[in-house]
Amino acid sequence: MIQKLLPLQELKADKRNWQKGHGDHPLDRFLKEGRIPHIWCSGCGIGIAFTAFVRALEKGQLDCDKTVVVSGIGCSGRAAGYLNLDTYHTTHGRAIPFATGLKLANPELKVVVFSGDGDLFAIGGNHIIHAARRNIDITVICINNFNYGMTGGQGGPTTPLEARTTTTPYGCAEHPFNLIYLAKAAGAVYVARWTALHTYEMRDAMIEGMNKRGFSFIEIISPCPTGFARRNKLGSTLDLMRFYRDNSYLAAELDPENTALPFKGRVAVGKFVDIEKPTFMDMWESCVVNKARK
Amino acid sequence: MTARRSDLKLLSGTHFMNGDEACAEGAVAAGCTFFAGYPITPATEVAERMAMRLPQVEGVYIQMEDELASMAAVVGASCAGARAMTSTSGPGFSLMMENVGLAAMLEVPCVLVNIMRGGPSTGLPTLVGQQDVMQARWGSHGDYEVIALSPESPQEAFQLTYEAFDLADKYRTPVMILSDEVVGHMTEKVTIPAAESFVQPARRRRKPPKRGFVPFSPGENEVPPMVFAGEGYHIHATGLTHDEYGYPVITPEAQERLVQRLVGKIRDHADEIVRTEELYVEDAEVIVVSYGCSARTSREVVEQARRLDMKVGMLRLITVWPFAEKRIRQLARSGRVKAFVVAEINSGQIAYEVERCAQSFSETVLAGFMGGRIFTPDELFPIVEEALC
Repeated sequence: MIQKLLPLQELKADKRNWQKGHGDHPLDRFLKEGRIPHIWCSGCGIGIAFTAFVRALEKGQLDCDKTVVVSGIGCSGRAAGYLNLDTYHTTHGRAIPFATGLKLANPELKVVVFSGDGDLFAIGGNHIIHAARRNIDITVICINNFNYGMTGGQGGPTTPLEARTTTTPYGCAEHPFNLIYLAKAAGAVYVARWTALHTYEMRDAMIEGMNKRGFSFIEIISPCPTGFARRNKLGSTLDLMRFYRDNSYLAAELDPENTALPFKGRVAVGKFVDIEKPTFMDMWESCVVNKARK
Repeated sequence: MTARRSDLKLLSGTHFMNGDEACAEGAVAAGCTFFAGYPITPATEVAERMAMRLPQVEGVYIQMEDELASMAAVVGASCAGARAMTSTSGPGFSLMMENVGLAAMLEVPCVLVNIMRGGPSTGLPTLVGQQDVMQARWGSHGDYEVIALSPESPQEAFQLTYEAFDLADKYRTPVMILSDEVVGHMTEKVTIPAAESFVQPARRRRKPPKRGFVPFSPGENEVPPMVFAGEGYHIHATGLTHDEYGYPVITPEAQERLVQRLVGKIRDHADEIVRTEELYVEDAEVIVVSYGCSARTSREVVEQARRLDMKVGMLRLITVWPFAEKRIRQLARSGRVKAFVVAEINSGQIAYEVERCAQSFSETVLAGFMGGRIFTPDELFPIVEEALC
């Protein structure tokens, strides 16, 4: 089958092109030279979200000189290294405060944090709620695969109750975060969730989020075939895609409180929050600077 | 009436201010436009002063949720082109170490003020210590070198903080101001020079050409030229071991190349960076080595000793890191110096360094005080006297 699609020799030639970078693919210009192939496992959803992000850059006509991607540590954190933008691969959990510094020091920049659920909500949990509270004008894209992939599939703050991971071998005894509800409660002005199946929707959500003034949050539910799916016998990525197709439901009108993700349960997707609120810099200018210069 | 911006930028004139506030004024004078911090005694006055001053000079002040975030935001702001600073004390200094390592690895210039208090742990929030000296150098994991400056007065706190930004830019490294509670909370005369006598207080750099630009290829002094986010260079900076392109390379060869340079860019230029003040060293048989507030007591002891015709001198470390090892070695091998008395408010940190350099050529005596107060001349004098016999 693979042979039919792409003969081996052609595959090799293709790879040589990739190594040179900036080949024939229309999206090549968004990638750094010689960085592909990437590190993600086959069947991983991060690549899908990454492609959606690149397509968002293209369709949204974002200025690549002024768009900066910051990531933390983990599988998703590696995304920054492949993009032909200014990109920063920072410390574990600190992508958001790093992005806060970038944005406040140069408000012209469009700052995007692309990272995983463990990075953003466990070690970085304190930062995401405070950045949302302050309404820092950044976009956070969170790839949620329910476990720590880079270190081999340990449980984390999103691991569902009773799910198995290498550190929850008998099932997870902790209640997980509902990221949508949390982001909303912390003050995010734009909150959306899509699964790896919803490539166009996630692309459009990314464009919307990046164009939104204020703290926007997009959760992407992603298969982790090597870690989470394998240990929980959820099947291949194809099986998970079928699962997303059959079990996700548009819930834009739903109160975010009711969008929790039960283990093997239905997945509420859509845009849950889209409101206007002054950003940190708006308030800084109107409340602080005007008085300070008097 | 709205004050002129140039007036606000540099409060030229003579002031009565404490060491913390003087640090903040030094930063503003240096063109610092970003401060992220978290309240902590005895460093809070630095943050308070920055909160008042930065909006006056087109800067931004943000109080972060903790010191981890503060240091991360400072590194981010510096990557976007701002001269950025934070301030803290012991417990917060520990938390900042994570992103001090990031700044060292990404070679991001930034200034970190540590108003040292007594530790370990919560220790003595309101009282003095000098116990973070080794942490300043080794606090983050892995090998790297930093620059640390230690002021002995509010006037010097102003001056050194001002200069710290230039050093940070020149070597693309975190620079620490290792002050202490005594200097931080001491109120003295601080003279801020007239604007004309100040060198241009902005980040001076030449933008490298974009064509063929290699972001981490060492330039002058082993330091790559700095480019900022949003300038169109499309750089990738990672905390992973990386090559000259900034791309992660997980091999012993890449590690060797990178870490050698990170360490080398400071070590190889120690002669240009190291600063000390010497007092009666020429004929001294005992030299008191001291820094920060301890140097104030040491100075008094040396003067007392000289009045009694005792051959005692003082070597004050203005740069604690890199350490003045060349000078200590030289003095130790001169055959004249019997002993170095290291006066510091800890159980012996710089004493180790002095001992390492003096070897068996001169004796090293620790005059270590555990903190909570500055030691008196009466306490130090007998130790010096004994070293002389």
